[in-house]
Amino acid sequence: MDLFLQLTLAGLAIGSVYACVALAVVMIYQATDHFNFAQGEMAMFSTFVAWALYQTTGSIWLSFLIAVALSFIAGIIIERVIVKPVENAPIFNQIIVFIGLLMIFNNLAGWFWEHTTKTLPSLFPEHGIDSTLISTHNLGVILFTLLILGITFCFFKFTKVGLAMRAAAANPDSARLVGVSVGWMLALGWGLASAIGAIGGVLVAPIVFLEPNMMSGVLLYGFAGALLGGVNSPGGAVAGGLMVGVLENWARQYVPGGSELGLTFALVLIVGVLMFKPAGLFGRVIIKRV
Amino acid sequence: MNRPNPITKKLVASFVLLVVVGIALMFVASEYTAYQVTTALAYGIAILGLNILTGYNGQFSIGHSAFFAAGAYVTAILITFAGWHPYATLPVAAAVTFCMGFLFGFPALRLEGLYLALATFALAVATPQILKVDALEHWTGGVQGLFFDKPDPIFAGLSVDHSLYLVTWIVFAVLMAGAWMLLHSRSGRAIMAIRDNPIAASTMGINLALYKTTTFGVSAMLAGIGGAFFALANSFVSPDTFNFFIAVYLLVGSVVGGIISIPGALLGGLFYVFGQEYAEEFSNLSEVIPPPWVTFGILLILMMYFAPFGIWGAIGRGWARLKR
Repeated sequence: MDLFLQLTLAGLAIGSVYACVALAVVMIYQATDHFNFAQGEMAMFSTFVAWALYQTTGSIWLSFLIAVALSFIAGIIIERVIVKPVENAPIFNQIIVFIGLLMIFNNLAGWFWEHTTKTLPSLFPEHGIDSTLISTHNLGVILFTLLILGITFCFFKFTKVGLAMRAAAANPDSARLVGVSVGWMLALGWGLASAIGAIGGVLVAPIVFLEPNMMSGVLLYGFAGALLGGVNSPGGAVAGGLMVGVLENWARQYVPGGSELGLTFALVLIVGVLMFKPAGLFGRVIIKRV
Repeated sequence: MNRPNPITKKLVASFVLLVVVGIALMFVASEYTAYQVTTALAYGIAILGLNILTGYNGQFSIGHSAFFAAGAYVTAILITFAGWHPYATLPVAAAVTFCMGFLFGFPALRLEGLYLALATFALAVATPQILKVDALEHWTGGVQGLFFDKPDPIFAGLSVDHSLYLVTWIVFAVLMAGAWMLLHSRSGRAIMAIRDNPIAASTMGINLALYKTTTFGVSAMLAGIGGAFFALANSFVSPDTFNFFIAVYLLVGSVVGGIISIPGALLGGLFYVFGQEYAEEFSNLSEVIPPPWVTFGILLILMMYFAPFGIWGAIGRGWARLKR
């Protein structure tokens, strides 16, 4: 029973990271109808920036905050400069632009910081709680993610900007008519997504080690979480991310051969959800008129 | 009713020209260059598959590295464990990857553009892990992979690399001609109609499910043949060779060569190998020049702005302007 609880709690911790990535993915999907395949590499790059700042400042929290702020600004700039020109281009062009971004960030990180693994210290104290069930880092990850998600929720629910962003995503034309600057709302969405991705990256770095390919698996689980929860429901994406984390940990332990097939599990989950329940568990079914 | 014969003079002339150029180049190429061109052609065959699927049929795949890997492993396993002649394994690799692609085409039927891209992305990311599984280690060689010998020269006096080069070049020319005939046939028009307007295509009596799954199968088959030649050229396969980035690089080759074109596959393959080499040398010149794949990422994005149909598309457009 202890093992089961340990697995579940560790699953919730890694699931929190997937939830962050899933939320970032869904945020951009809602606004633009696209999956940002570069989300993982952008988060990885932000994490490297945090690591580089940590080398000079020596304070992990300070570097973390600066890195998140920089990611927010970088996200806005990327949307304005790189993604905007293909805004109305066919879906193929947009996917290729995302793939281009993915290549740029992955190889830039390798170029700047080399392909050796780095260690980023945890944001949380080493000996905080005394428990055999969960490590302090994992507990910190779960609580911190919940806090971030709560703030994001309040931002979208109770602020004017949040409302404008939701309006721009739901109905760009009407939003424009009532004076919402739809283009800037999209850019802001990219900024927020990139900042949330950066948070996910810094939280997961002490678990998976910091290297240029660290996020490809995490991004896949994030996608799986987003799809499972419902790709047009931010709350669903968070729930989906947590569920994927827990399910993955159970599968690793209890399914024969599961320990070496984590990514295959994500593949099966993605294809399965897309085939049998494309709207996800909490999403709306979208009916397209032709 | 008379149907236009797909074997036109232009096709025959291009085919003969391609084969003659290939044979002529063989005499000037060193063994290493021959090896490089063979690799480029192996990627080119896979890119041809990607062009048919994405460029002509409008289905996305960022997961062709999976089929590329499957073709390579089928060849490697048959040579290592069954002692087959290397070239005899090619039809089997083609058949196996056709079936894989055909089967993967079924879930793909229910997925539109973006979701298909996502599913194939997942496939590509998961591939190395599947190849490393303990249960299959006896056959796949696990993390170490499999080593075997390159095929013997097809006739005496030819070096191993030159012989493989020749075979690959001729197979590539045949596959390109085959792809041309397919796309200029009734089926080819159906394939393109599905890309342009699936609903209109189905009202014209085109069986969407059959055509889309079969196109996926053909595309995967080409990727598999490419993978098989890649394995022969390197005489080695290992799981980490076929990581997600191979799928990305294939896509880059395809876009640079021209995704809605057949000759673009050749250009894309050559770009993959030689472009990378020159970009590598270029980046070694100075500390401030980024490594090749950063440059290519930027190139990819710029192409989407200015030349979405790649080199072959730009050539076609320039030619049309000259003729005007």
